[in-house]
Amino acid sequence: MDSMAIVSIFVLSVFVGFEVVSKVSSTLHTPLMSGANAIHGVILVGAIIVADHSKTNLELGLSVAAIILATINMVGGFVVTDRMLEMFKGNKK
Amino acid sequence: MSRTVYDLIGLAAGIAFILALKGLSHPKTARRGNLIGAFGAGLATLVVFFYSNEGSSLPLNNLGWILGAIAVGLIIGVPAARKVQMTQMPQLVALFNGVGGGAAALVAIVEYLNLGDQATTAVVIFTVFTVIVGCVSFSGSIITFMKLQELMTTRPVIFPAGRFIIAATLVSVLGVGGWVVTALGTTPLLILAALSLLFGILFVLPVGGADVPIVISLLNAFTGLTVAASGYVLDSTLLIIAGTLVGASGTILTRLMAEAMGRSLFGTLFGAFTAKPQDVAAAGEERPVRSGSPDDVAILLNYARRVVIVPGFGLAVAQAQHTVRELADLMISKGIDVAYGIHPVAGRMPGHMNVLLAEANVPYDQLAEMDEVNPTFGQTDVAIVIGANDVVNPAAQTTPGCPIYGMPILEVNHAANIIFLKRSMRPGFAGIENELLYDPKTMLLFGDAKASLTKVVSALKAL
Repeated sequence: MDSMAIVSIFVLSVFVGFEVVSKVSSTLHTPLMSGANAIHGVILVGAIIVADHSKTNLELGLSVAAIILATINMVGGFVVTDRMLEMFKGNKK
Repeated sequence: MSRTVYDLIGLAAGIAFILALKGLSHPKTARRGNLIGAFGAGLATLVVFFYSNEGSSLPLNNLGWILGAIAVGLIIGVPAARKVQMTQMPQLVALFNGVGGGAAALVAIVEYLNLGDQATTAVVIFTVFTVIVGCVSFSGSIITFMKLQELMTTRPVIFPAGRFIIAATLVSVLGVGGWVVTALGTTPLLILAALSLLFGILFVLPVGGADVPIVISLLNAFTGLTVAASGYVLDSTLLIIAGTLVGASGTILTRLMAEAMGRSLFGTLFGAFTAKPQDVAAAGEERPVRSGSPDDVAILLNYARRVVIVPGFGLAVAQAQHTVRELADLMISKGIDVAYGIHPVAGRMPGHMNVLLAEANVPYDQLAEMDEVNPTFGQTDVAIVIGANDVVNPAAQTTPGCPIYGMPILEVNHAANIIFLKRSMRPGFAGIENELLYDPKTMLLFGDAKASLTKVVSALKAL
């Protein structure tokens, strides 16, 4: 990909990231942090790609470790965030 | 699957993440937002299995290993997330964040080994960045986990000449990083990883207990940036978008949290908490306090017109949320005006107390935020502080140089009577003495919060 496209994607994503959370109330800080945390678990995609590339045992071993860690991050993150938010929902009037 | 379809699906996942963050910023849409995020992540993961990056054939190489590793991750991650107690939420988030950072660092290392001489300088620079920041996020998060889980001291850990050691480590990390860029090789990269892990530990050790959530949030933003950098290395637009979103929103969130706690981000990270408590001697002395019985508390409450309940982490530890709600309902039925005063960082993380009280079905409209409730303490007959300490400590306003100086507090000292429910005279998470405990209008009720509250409820019923 050409570097100008990457820079554009990066800069625009920064602005979107700033914009979407700029007015969140402190009540939601914990679930928001936890949800954002789960989103970066998408590194799982990267871990799978490098596992596919792996040619040596060392590479494969490290990729497998990366996949395990990334899965914990992604799935655990979304599950725990949902548990938190489920409680908020319970007492809405 | 063609590259175009693959990229379009990646774009859809990126949009899902934007909608997820947007949804998570509002109470009504938060849960849906999270589900949209989960959907995007699931979609992105699924689609990798149907597209092979280098035009090589499907199914993916090492497919068995990949699926096996995902299964192991699920077996570890799902039960941990489902079974964790709400009180232990912050450390679990820290841990999940740390493993994410570790995964990003590993991905960068594998791709570096794989590319060998073919790596361009730009790719190597991004690899170095990912390894450094991913490792810092990993080891730093482990330390925050240990602090929150109280596997180690929650107080700042300061070595003699600590600042020099930290600075020296940082310089060597950057030096080795430069070495990796100029002289490609596996050994320098592994040395870089080791030094970065060490730096992560040294970076978080001096942070005091109450500031730990800010650090978790910052490390979360760091991990986001490493994911974005991996996206560059692996030529994945989705990883760039997702990682940058988390990096940017995480940075804003970190700043908002620091503001809610009345701290500057810079001060948090570079030693605001390194100041020694000024009156260490007082902590060891036996000073007279006024302790009361559950009956005394019940009588005080029975004749009050307005009561503010200030819940803290101790309430949650004792699992007393339901009992406190019972007490509140009872007082309301007696015509007493009852409100919960919620400090923004009550519990161990901003918004943590709201989660804990929501678990006990406490109605939203009784929860008052700090700015709402503070002006009313002057007309409040009784403030009941349950398992909280630092968030009501007037030292934050009166003692410059004390570790929590400048943090906004709930001004319970303006109430006519103050009742503290405490397990012991042990100071709060920040490890500092609270003068309010010795105030003549303060009454202490020692014991487990749940047991004490149960006794107060039955005493109040009998009146």
